[in-house]
Amino acid sequence: MKLCLVVDDSKVIRKVARRILEELRFDIEEAADGQEALDACDRNMPDVVLLDWNMPVMDGLEFLKAVRAKEGVEQPIVVFCTTENDMSHIRTAIEAGANEYIMKPFDREIIEAKFSQVGLI
Amino acid sequence: MKTQDFDFLAGLLKERSGLMLTADKVYLLESRLTPLARKRGLDTLDALIQKLRISRDDVLIKDVTEAMTTNESFFFRDNTPFDLFKNHVLPAMEKARGPKRRLRIWCAAASTGQEPYSLAILLRENWAKWQGWNIEIIGTDICTQVLEKAKAGVYSQFEVQRGLPIQMLIKYFTQDGDVWRLNDEIRNMVTYRPFNLLSNFIGMGSFDVIYCRNVLIYFDQATKKDVLERMHGTLAADGTLFLGAAETVLGITDKLRPVRGQRGMYVSSSGNAEELMGLGS
Repeated sequence: MKLCLVVDDSKVIRKVARRILEELRFDIEEAADGQEALDACDRNMPDVVLLDWNMPVMDGLEFLKAVRAKEGVEQPIVVFCTTENDMSHIRTAIEAGANEYIMKPFDREIIEAKFSQVGLI
Repeated sequence: MKTQDFDFLAGLLKERSGLMLTADKVYLLESRLTPLARKRGLDTLDALIQKLRISRDDVLIKDVTEAMTTNESFFFRDNTPFDLFKNHVLPAMEKARGPKRRLRIWCAAASTGQEPYSLAILLRENWAKWQGWNIEIIGTDICTQVLEKAKAGVYSQFEVQRGLPIQMLIKYFTQDGDVWRLNDEIRNMVTYRPFNLLSNFIGMGSFDVIYCRNVLIYFDQATKKDVLERMHGTLAADGTLFLGAAETVLGITDKLRPVRGQRGMYVSSSGNAEELMGLGS
């Protein structure tokens, strides 16, 4: 099974994402901010990171830049999942090396469609 | 719902659209027609049925048909039919139609436009190659309401996230408040018109590629055969037909045959399309 790291400061969102992704046969790890996510990547590199933008300590974009600087562009696959839904945020994320972008609110179909586009399903 | 009411509605839908409604679809009638009844100022679905029986109101019959034949649609739905289009159909057509530089594509159940626009986007991704070509993408649907939405090319945040890669959203859409507007360069590549698959295909001309997905499942065997054989008649000898994953030509007509190993892809039995596309045996 592939490992997905779910990064979001909302426990509720992490729970919803976990339920959907477990149904899609992913192993799940959780992190509440970008720093926790970086630590989790150091311990055990996930196949994919589902990444919120606005979080305390370290936000999603900082995490993305840090992980790309350290690990290169191949791994992990990063799918943003945020309420930021304007074109300039989307462009910024993609230019920083995000592979896909989900605008909240999301449902199972959106997660499934986006994960299949980046070749995870 | 009373059996005679169900039979009446099923008969009406079959006659108007070819839609085959089996008894297990009662819930679909109730969930789709109750809102329509309310909109028409009728309290219940029973009242709507009564009105249909008495008046044979053509506008109402049309609304009922549209409500029952509308299907949800995604960009790049099921992926494979679009991968095959990009990797096999287009290269084959580029060669075969090179001398005339003309390509005609028909989406026979275009619904709200995601399928024809997905094809337009794939063409656009390699636009330099198609300079000087006359490319027609025609989207038809029995339901005029969905075609209005298709023409507008305006989609909700949910709709643009179902199947559309983010890079294509950035490239081909403009954000407008809560909605996403397809740019004119793509929108203008597709023309829409209402069309009932039970009606005559004369006047449609000949097509190089036909997409007719998830429609035949609603038809009975005789209607499937009739529609498929008439579609074969409008398909170029080296053309390609895409059906839905749950549909086939096998056991229905021998004028078309499946391309081996390529789900949902069919070619004329007498043509050489597979060879052109480098597919099959």
